[in-house]
Amino acid sequence: MNLEFDAAALAFRDEVRGWLAANVPDTRLPSVDTPEGNAAHRAWERRLDDAGLAVVSWPVEYGGRAVSPLHALLFEEEYHAAGAPARIGQNGLFLLGPTLLRHGTAEQRDRILPPMVRADEVWAQAWSEPEAGSDLAAIRSRGRRTDGGWLLSGQKTWSSRATVADKAFGLFRTDPQASRHRGLTSVMFDLRAPGVTVRPIRQLDGDPGFAEIFLDDVFVPDSDVIGEPGDGWRVAMSTAGDERGQTLRSPGRFLAAAERLVALWRNGVDDHGDSATRDRVVDAWIGARAYRMHTFAALDAPKGPFAASATKLFWSELDVALHETALDVLGAHAETDAAWTDGYLFALAGPIYAGTNEVHRGIVAERMLGLPREEPRPASHDTSRAVSR
Amino acid sequence: MNLVPSAEQDRFAAVLHDLLSAADVPAVVERGARGDAAPGRALWSRLADAGVAGLAVPERWGGTGGEPADLVIAAEVLGHHAVPGPVAETLAAVPALLVALGDDRLGDKWLPELAAGRVVATLAAPPWLPYAADAHAADLVLLAAGDTVRLARTGPAHGSMDYTRRLFEVSPGGTLAAGPDTATAVARALDLGVLAASAQLLGAGCALLEAAVAHARTRVQFGRPIGRFQAVQHRLADVAVGLEFARPLLYAAAVAVESADAAARDVSAAKVACGNAAHQAARAALQVHGAIGYTREHGLGRWLTKVRVLTLAWGTPSQHRARVMAELTR
Repeated sequence: MNLEFDAAALAFRDEVRGWLAANVPDTRLPSVDTPEGNAAHRAWERRLDDAGLAVVSWPVEYGGRAVSPLHALLFEEEYHAAGAPARIGQNGLFLLGPTLLRHGTAEQRDRILPPMVRADEVWAQAWSEPEAGSDLAAIRSRGRRTDGGWLLSGQKTWSSRATVADKAFGLFRTDPQASRHRGLTSVMFDLRAPGVTVRPIRQLDGDPGFAEIFLDDVFVPDSDVIGEPGDGWRVAMSTAGDERGQTLRSPGRFLAAAERLVALWRNGVDDHGDSATRDRVVDAWIGARAYRMHTFAALDAPKGPFAASATKLFWSELDVALHETALDVLGAHAETDAAWTDGYLFALAGPIYAGTNEVHRGIVAERMLGLPREEPRPASHDTSRAVSR
Repeated sequence: MNLVPSAEQDRFAAVLHDLLSAADVPAVVERGARGDAAPGRALWSRLADAGVAGLAVPERWGGTGGEPADLVIAAEVLGHHAVPGPVAETLAAVPALLVALGDDRLGDKWLPELAAGRVVATLAAPPWLPYAADAHAADLVLLAAGDTVRLARTGPAHGSMDYTRRLFEVSPGGTLAAGPDTATAVARALDLGVLAASAQLLGAGCALLEAAVAHARTRVQFGRPIGRFQAVQHRLADVAVGLEFARPLLYAAAVAVESADAAARDVSAAKVACGNAAHQAARAALQVHGAIGYTREHGLGRWLTKVRVLTLAWGTPSQHRARVMAELTR
C-alpha cells in the first residue's frame, strides 16, 4: 500500500491547478436560473473546453483527454478546491454522456456529444413521474410507435435544470404488455419540440431548479432511442450507477467543503471551547477523507454493482452533517451566510435524489448483505429516483 | 496511490482466519477467565509460528520487519475472532517501542523472544493507557510516560467489562530510556498500537455484522425471517456503510504512520472511524440478536465488550478528535 501519486498524476494535477488559479472567476457567477447566469455558465463551459478540461476522462475524439480514473478524480479535487463554478451541463456531461459512450451509436455520439461539451446544448434528466419516484419502474409516460420513431406522452417531474436546458433524456413505457422493467425505452427529446411544456417548480431554496415536463404526442425519431427499444431499464441503471457514485458527486466536492468547515472553526466567530461542536467538525473532515480514500481504493479493486448504493448513502448523509455543523459553528450568524445556507439547503436534497436513501438501504441490505427480501413487491426493486442536481 | 491489500496480504489474512477458526478461541477465553493462562500462551505461540508476532520486529532480530499494513491486516483478523490478551501491545506497541529506542541491548534481549511468540508484553502509557492490560499473563510490562520508558511494577488488578481482560495499576520500576528521543519513540510506538487496536475494532465490527446478518436470515418471528423487516435491514445497512468507509482510513493510516507530518492526524482519524463503526455494529448486533445475544453462553458479548473497551483504550474518541483538529489547524 502507498499514498504516493506518480509523476504523471502530479504533473496533470499541477497543470489543472495552474489553469484554474488563472481562470476561475473571482466572484460567483449569477444563478443559472437567470438569463445572465445561464449565459455566464455556458461561457464558462466553453472556456473549460477551450483549455481541454471540460471532459478529461472522455475519449480524445469527443473532446476529452482519455485520462485515467485517478487523473479524473484529481481533476475534480482541484476543481472543487478552486471554488470553480457549478457545471451547468452536468446532467449531460456526467450522466447522459457516459451512457452514450457505453450504449449509444457512433452516429449519436458524433451528433450529441460535441454540442454537449460546448454547452451549446444543455441536458436535463426526465425520469421521475408523479406516481413513480422511488419506484421508478412504475412510470406511465408512454412512447407509441409511429412511422420512423415514437410519439411520447405523459408527465415527468423533478427534472433538474429543465427550465434552463435545451434537451432531455428520459424513460418511457413503449410496451404496455411487457412486465414493469421490460417495457421501457430510453429516449432523448428536444425540450422545445411541439407538444412539450415545461413548468418550473420552485425548490426549497427558492430557485426554479427543477421542473415538470408535460409531453403530448412529441415525436422523436428512432435515432434518438438509446440502446434497443425495451432495453431502457438496463440503460437507465447504467446511468444511475454514475448518478449515485463518484461521477456526479466526486470526493473533491466534500473534501473542499470540509476544509472550509475546518477553516471556519479555526477562525470561528463564536466560542472555541465547545468540544462537542469541535468533534462534529472533525467527524465531517474524517468523513470526507474516508470518501476520498474509499474512492482511491475502489480504483484498484472495483466494488460490485450495488456498491454505488453504499457510496450514495455515505456522501449524502455526510453532506447534511457537514453543513449542519457549519451552521452550528456560525451560530446566530448562520442565517445571513448565503454560501453555507445555500449549501445546507442543497445538501438536504441529497438523501432524496438519485434514489432515496431508504431505497438504497434496502439495496445494501438485500444485495450486499444478502438479507432476505422485504415483503413481496410487484417486481425487482433496484430502482433509482430520477432527479439529480 | 494504492490502498488495496496485495494478494500476499490476502493469503496471510486467510491463513490466520483459518487458524483461528479451528483454534476454539471460546475455550481459550473460558480457561483464561478461570486463571489458566496456558491455552492463551499456546494460541499466541501458534500465531507466532504463522508470522504474526514478528511483524513489528526487524529481520535482524528474527522478525519479518514488514510494513505497518501487514500489522493492520493481522490485527484485523485477530479482532474478527476476538482474540484475548494484550494484542496491540505485544503485536505492535512494545516491539515498536523497543526498536525505536535504538538500544541494542534491549533489542537483543527482548525482540527475538517477542518475534518467536515466547514473550507476551504489555504496557501502561497514561493518559491513553492508564493501566497495563493483562499484565498477569505478560513477561514484560513497561511504563511509558512522556519522555521516559521504565520497567513497570504491577500493582492491584481490576476486572474489566470485557471479562477476558484484567487491568493492572503500575508503578515505576527501573528506567530503560529517557530524553527527547525517547518521547519520539514512545509516540511512534503508541501510534502503531492505536493502529493495531483500530484494526482489531474493524475486524470485530465486521464479525458482529456477519453474526447479525446470519441471525437475521434464520431467526423467524411473525412467520418470517426478521431480516425481512425494513427496520432490521436499514439498521444493518447503515452498519455496513460505516465499516465499508472506515477501512480505507485504516489502510491510509497504515501508510501515513511512516510519514512525519501525517501520522498523528491519520492514525487518530482511523481510530475514531473504526471505533465508531465497530460500536454501531455492536449495538445493532445485540439488538438484532435480542435476548439470546445478552447471554454469556452465546458469546456475542465477547465482541460487544471488547469493542467498547478498545474504543476507550488507546485514546478515547474525544482525545483522538482533539488530536485531529490540532493537526488540521497547526
